[in-house]
This record gives sequence, C-alpha cells and structure tokens, in this order.
Amino acid sequence: MPEPVLDALRGLGISPGRAAGRVHKMAGPPLLPAPVAVADTGVETARAVRGLESAAGELTARAEGAAEPAAREILEAQAMIAADPLLRESVEQRVAAGSDAAHAIDAACAEHREALLAAGGYFAERASDLDDIKNRAVAAVLGLPMPGLPAPGHPFVLAADDLAPADTVNLDPGVVVALVTEKGGPTSHTAILARALGIPAVVACPGVMSIADGTWSSVDGGTGEVRAGIDEQTAAEVERSARAARDRLATATGPGRTADGHPVKLLLNIGSVADIPAGSPAEGVGLFRSEFLFLDRRTAPTHQEQTGAYEAVLRAFPEATVVIRTLDAGTDKPLPFLGLPEELNPALGVRGLRVSRRSPEVLDAQLDALAEAARASGTSPWVMAPMVTTPGEAADFARRARARGLADVGVMVEVPAAALHAHRLLDELDFLSIGTNDLSQYTFASDRQHGELADLLDPWQPALLQLIAQCAEAGRAAGKPVGVCGEAAADPLLATVLVGLGVTSLSMSARSVPAVRDALARHTLDQCREHARLALAAADPGAARAAVREAAAA
Amino acid sequence: MPERTVTVASRSGLHARPAKIFVQAVARQGTAVRIRVGDGKPVPANSMLAVLSLGAGHGTEVTLDADGPGAEEVLDSLADLLSRDLDAEEAPGA
Repeated sequence: MPEPVLDALRGLGISPGRAAGRVHKMAGPPLLPAPVAVADTGVETARAVRGLESAAGELTARAEGAAEPAAREILEAQAMIAADPLLRESVEQRVAAGSDAAHAIDAACAEHREALLAAGGYFAERASDLDDIKNRAVAAVLGLPMPGLPAPGHPFVLAADDLAPADTVNLDPGVVVALVTEKGGPTSHTAILARALGIPAVVACPGVMSIADGTWSSVDGGTGEVRAGIDEQTAAEVERSARAARDRLATATGPGRTADGHPVKLLLNIGSVADIPAGSPAEGVGLFRSEFLFLDRRTAPTHQEQTGAYEAVLRAFPEATVVIRTLDAGTDKPLPFLGLPEELNPALGVRGLRVSRRSPEVLDAQLDALAEAARASGTSPWVMAPMVTTPGEAADFARRARARGLADVGVMVEVPAAALHAHRLLDELDFLSIGTNDLSQYTFASDRQHGELADLLDPWQPALLQLIAQCAEAGRAAGKPVGVCGEAAADPLLATVLVGLGVTSLSMSARSVPAVRDALARHTLDQCREHARLALAAADPGAARAAVREAAAA
Repeated sequence: MPERTVTVASRSGLHARPAKIFVQAVARQGTAVRIRVGDGKPVPANSMLAVLSLGAGHGTEVTLDADGPGAEEVLDSLADLLSRDLDAEEAPGA
C-alpha cells in the first residue's frame, strides 16, 4: 500500500462533479537513453523490427477489442502504419548507419512525421499516430511498460500527462471515474471527452503524475481540487455524496430560472430527432443542425425527405421553441452534392450561408420544406442561417424565409463583424444565436483544431465575452432574444456569466442541462450580473474563472 | 510502363478508410505498384505512410504505374477502386 500522505493539488476543473477512487497513471512515453554503440547490426536490426512488430501487434489487439467501429478503423490504420514497409526500411537504414534500435525507431518516425505534416490538412493530423507508434515500439525495444490506458481491474481515477484521441478510444466511463491531467486546457481533447462522457475532470494540474499508482484520491471537476492520499472510507463518502448530487440534479426539472425567478430558456443542441432523450430535461431545441440530412449523399435530399425530418423534430416539441439552422456546410465541411472546389483556407471560404451565393436553390428548397413541415405540424419553428457576416446577408435571408411564411427568423453570430453590428442585424431579424466555438475561432484567429492554440479558444476569454455582451445589449435594446449555443453554454459557472451579460437562452447537449439548471437556480440575476462584470474585467480566462468562482462560493 | 490516371472520388480523399482500403488492396496484388500526384515523385502504393504523405484530397488526380505480368489488370482494378467513393461504401460488418 502507498503511504497515506494527504496531498492537495489544484488544476482547472473543466467537467463538473466529484468522484473518488484509486489513481492509476497512464504510462508515459519512454525516455530515450543515451545512444549505444552497436556491435552487430544484424542483431540490432532484428531488435528494431521486433519493436515495430510489437507496436503493430498491440495496436491490432486494441483494434479487435474496440467496441466502436469508428475507433476500430482508426486503430487498424495505426497498426498498418506501424507495419509499414517504408517505416521499416527507414529503421533498417538507420541501424545500418550505426544507430541503435531505439534511436533508429525514434529518428525514422520523426522523418515520416515531417512528411505527413508537410502534406497538410487532415493528413497532418495523422502525425500524432507516429508519435504513438514510436512510443510503443521504443518501449518494446527498451523493455519498458507499453504506454496506454491502465487496466487495474477496478474503477479508478485516470491520471495522465495529457490525453490524445488514441489513448481514449477504449475508455470505459463505467471504469474511469474521473480524469486528471498535468497538461491540457479547457478545449483540449481531455476536456471535450470528459464532458461528452459526463465524468468529472481536472486539467492543467501540476503534480498529478507524481501520485503513486493505487493512491486513494478525490477529484472535484468544478473547483479543480484533487486530494491524493485520502483513506478508503473518505473515498466511499465522496462517492456516496457525488451520487446523491447527481441524483438531485437529474430529478430537478422545470424551466431554467435564476434564484430570483428570472427565466432563461434551457434548450438542446441536436442533430436529429434521435438526440432528444425520452422525458427531455429541456424546454425545446436551441440548435437543430440540419446537416445530417445532407451527409453521405451525391444528390440533395428530396422535398418529402426534408419535410418529414423537420416535422419529426417539430412534433417532438409541439408547444416549445425549436430553432432550426439551415445547412451549415461548405469547403470546411464538404458535401459531395454541393460540388464545391477545394480552397486554400476553407474556414475563411465559402461556408454556411455563403454557399447560397453559388447554389441558392439548396437554401430555397430547404426553406420550402421547413415551411411545409411547419404547416403540417401546426407549429412555428424559428429558422436561422449559419455564418452570416453583414446586415445585408441577414436581410436577404429574412426576406427569403418570410416570403414562405416563416415568421421567426434569426441568424447565428459566429463572425466578429456580425457581433459588432448585432443591433443592425436585429433591425432585420427576430433573434440572434451566438455560436461561441466559431466566434472564438474567428475573433482569436485560431483554428479550432489547433492544439497549441487551445488557450486562445477558451470560452472565458474576456474579449469573447465582450462580443457576447454587445450582442446581448443589442437584443435588450430591441426587445429580441439573444441565445448562446456551443461549449460555452454547457459550462455551469460560465452560464451564470452569460445570463448576467443578458443572454436569454442557453443551448447545449441534453447531458449538460441539469448542472446548468442547478447553477442558475443558485444565483440571482444580480449575482449573475456581478459575475459578468468580474469576467469582463478580468485580464485573462484564468483570472475570469477564479474571480467568478470566488464570487460564486461567497 | 503501364499507367492509369484517376481522380480520387472518396469524400475524405486518400485518407482514413479510403487510404486503408486502397493500401490493403495493393498489398494483396503482390505486384509493385507506385502512385504519384501530377509530376511528383512516385511512391510505393503498398505503404500507408507514403500514400498519406501524398496529401491527395477529394478530386485530386493521381497516377498509378506498375510493371510486369498482369500489371494492366492490377492497374485497372486499383483505378476502379479509387474512382469509387469508398467513404460511402459500408464497412464490412458495420
């Protein structure tokens, strides 16, 4: 048993909830020892090749064990790379030139990594596969434990330096009770995964990798506190109270409101009617992404198909708000039937409403189907367009929707120009919905997929909040609703800030609704306004979080 | 040397599943097949790394070449594979 020394660590809580269990660390990447002189290149080559074969074998075994077909495919592709003839050839050449097996593997993987990075785009994303393969093969050559998820045979707190998608495809939320990483930020893969699985998580927590395996520890994914070295009984108490808290959250129902009764609509982000859980906790749909109808096709869906799909969602919430977003595709999210050419910089290219410049008939057909679904179901959906930049675009979209009898017309605010002119947009429209993920990307000039720039994409960035405030103020002046959808709305503490800024609805995945409802119910509107003031005044996201957390705890 | 030039039809390009299916098909042929983009350097088509490093997205024209007995048939079958949208085809058992 490890020595029971209580050690309090602190990181960034990014997926709320408490949990306790024994910590098990993911074996880190093997460290390369100093190069060794090679006596027999034949023997050394065989060692190096065996290392690559072990990595390929391990990845194949993981692929066979993967429950998800998508995960299996990724791992199979990785196994193929580990067994790649070119990679083997590069390793053999390096051993022949005098390198030892571990250094030969390291250098050969680095060389091919560069080649993939040079290919750019989503080919470059495969570069991390080579790091993974290198770590496995080098560990095999050096006789070190294979890096990857531990399997202690009981529920545990997973500690890691940082988590990559490859590490987590086999992660079972029934076994991993919490995630804690040394590195990572609020938009890291760890954070997104933890929120999707609904397990407590703390990132950027220095010292967690020094905790001995098997140490009983508690994790608070809200405050970011990690206590290592608690006794087993305390751990059991934490688990009991966490279960009670989850049950309490899950049973709380009713419309979203602050402690003093200020209503805030809690809505769902969905991709199809299948995403609406039975006995939905929400008051409607804040973002229905209509893309699924258009994926995997060479031709546009028929009028009947579209009408049927929209009607199904409208009938699921006959009395409530349902916001349907028109097709959000483009060169960044290509759809074959649109036939759009590749672009050098797709995120800044023809996407969202801009597709209508080239193919206006796609949007017109979709609006026709929406109007018919509304008539058939006897409901009045709200309709909005993605990636709108100017009041002129908003006016054109509104004209086309209203001509078909669609009364409530809005747009997504994802481009800073749209946020700056929110009041002019609202002259043309009935509502705005702020897409914080894209608004961050465009405001901070940082690709959403770029791991190194994750800190700039933090939804607590005061400049992002400033733009949201400007939209909310325009909404208040015009007496029109302004909502938020995106990661920001799902963070319970940030939800209080958004409400304080004047946002009137929050749209998120069904899993996030109970914690957000609870956070709003525990603060008055005045407290939310104070949170907003503190967050706007903060120097950076960390300071904003800290100030609001302190105020919320007071 | 016999060649075939074909446009990559798969939505994700020669990446992910399509790349895997293509490289596996080449490996099964047992004939040395090379692939290049435009006037670029031909690379061995049985190497996943080499194929990915081409960076051949949807709609990119690629040229296959092979030599030896049966090269024509091998190239025909591989060119046919690339001209289909492999993303849209069902994964076996999925």
